[in-house]
Amino acid sequence: MTVLVLCDHDGGTIADATLEGLTAGRALAERLAAPLHAVACGELSAESIATLGTYGVATVHKAEHEALSDYGPDAWADAVVDGASASGASVVMACGTDRGNEVLAHVAARTGSAFAANVIEVTDTPAEGAWGLTRSRWGGSLLEDATLAGTPKLLTQAHHSVAADPAPAPGAALVQPFSPELGARATVTRVVDRDVQAKGVTLATAPLVVGGGRGVGSADAFAPLEELAQLLEGAVGCSRAVTNNGWRPHTDQVGQTGTRIAPELYIAAGISGAIQHWVGAMGAKRVLAINTDAEANMVTKADYAVIADLHQVIPAVSTELRRRGLGSLTS
Amino acid sequence: MAELNICVCVKRVPAPGARINVTDDGQSVDTANLGFTTSPHEECAVEAAVQLVEEHGGNVTVLTLGPPQAEEQLRYAASVGTQRCVLVPTDGDDWDPERTAAALTSAISNLEAADGPFDLVLFGNESADSSGYQVGIRTAHALDRPMVNGLKGIEIEGETVTVRREIDGGFERYEFPMPAMLGVKEGINLPRYPTMKGRLGAKKAVIEEIDADGAKGGLTKAGLRRPAEQVSNTQVIGSKDDIEAAAEAIVDLLVELELT
Repeated sequence: MTVLVLCDHDGGTIADATLEGLTAGRALAERLAAPLHAVACGELSAESIATLGTYGVATVHKAEHEALSDYGPDAWADAVVDGASASGASVVMACGTDRGNEVLAHVAARTGSAFAANVIEVTDTPAEGAWGLTRSRWGGSLLEDATLAGTPKLLTQAHHSVAADPAPAPGAALVQPFSPELGARATVTRVVDRDVQAKGVTLATAPLVVGGGRGVGSADAFAPLEELAQLLEGAVGCSRAVTNNGWRPHTDQVGQTGTRIAPELYIAAGISGAIQHWVGAMGAKRVLAINTDAEANMVTKADYAVIADLHQVIPAVSTELRRRGLGSLTS
Repeated sequence: MAELNICVCVKRVPAPGARINVTDDGQSVDTANLGFTTSPHEECAVEAAVQLVEEHGGNVTVLTLGPPQAEEQLRYAASVGTQRCVLVPTDGDDWDPERTAAALTSAISNLEAADGPFDLVLFGNESADSSGYQVGIRTAHALDRPMVNGLKGIEIEGETVTVRREIDGGFERYEFPMPAMLGVKEGINLPRYPTMKGRLGAKKAVIEEIDADGAKGGLTKAGLRRPAEQVSNTQVIGSKDDIEAAAEAIVDLLVELELT
């Protein structure tokens, strides 16, 4: 009986999100008095294997097959199913990223087991029968208490619901290679190639985001927001109303169906703060709302507010930054 | 190749505004003051299907599993250019993902037995309300078809479909033969609004019903609740009465947070 965590990686370097999966997996393993194992598809770097050890992984089951040279949901799921058998897993889990949820759903389809995506907390783990857990709905604005049957238990830990935390007593992970049996679709749904442009500040990682909503009024009216973001070396974000109006590309959307942001400060200008938007913004450490409506949801949820027209406030902030000799373009 | 035959699976979900409330029995979202809509990723899947058929010819079937009122979402799809509406009626309860997938698998198989195979079956990446991340994938597995989720680009050439999936700072590309199933994400396109002609036509659209069901699965909802309320004492640091003072207060804040 083990707790088996899927190790997401590209080219051998494990994804940051996997560390969250390992942290949650370790807590569960301690609770069940079971060892923590990991499963990886393809080669991992020595550094990544060392990291697994520091997170408390006793054994990493490494699937070896030429079809595992790059990501593919079917190939990975086939390998995880065999890895779970090799490990003797009573729990198979991953971090709830797009990839983690995808692979676990494919595993569930193969084994005919239930699968709970985006679990916040496992509340009850009886030796026999269904487990109790709480999972995230509507991007975290609603919680579902549920029971999960089946063996092994299949679940993902909601991304950002635990902080990555190395084991108090780090060890070294034993690498156990195995040859998975891959199905016919394993070579069909595989990454053919990638188009990755190295970008500077991304919306997901920017320390400061200037967001605009319906109140901005038009595509052109985003120019002052862009100027301010540039001065502060931040990124411009927007609400779903804005992308639906075609004022900004969807890649700028903050929200349940867009990007989850986690800046030091989120300046939300002319955004009413619908649930769809808020769940994307709630990872921000602080929120400053600029809105003419003091009762707007975004204002009542914010740490700071300016009750005024963003079209006046935003340019005035840029002017004030320049006056004080602050910001990237004036230095 | 021959004309495309596409099926899009959509879900009727509440359209929440500022807040989601739960009914007194804790079993569902209180929809007393909410409208309903098509789950956002699926609205984009409908648009993607309509665009593919505009380019390559063919027709689009929209399939939904839900209460009788989900007819509204089928008619909306018809109003933006889909050809066929199929409802798998439920008792109104939320079905678990395994049961839903089994019922959709059986409905798709029935449609294909009668009218030939679908080249593509489109799903949304995940539903907005229950966000189970699995119904499409389970259905694809049951029908033994390739499926990739999270797609923001679909192109068809001959019998091959090429898809793009967004990753950090770029895209991954996949290429596989049809028939296939695809999980679409919002951002792949900007769904069109229905025209007046489309709306009028949709009123007359025939809603076909297929009875389909599956065994209850192993993930069982016990109840819904709102997370603990975040208490926020908003500090108002400026107003319209003095824009310059407001700007100064904001810059002071930026300096304090070391963001300049």
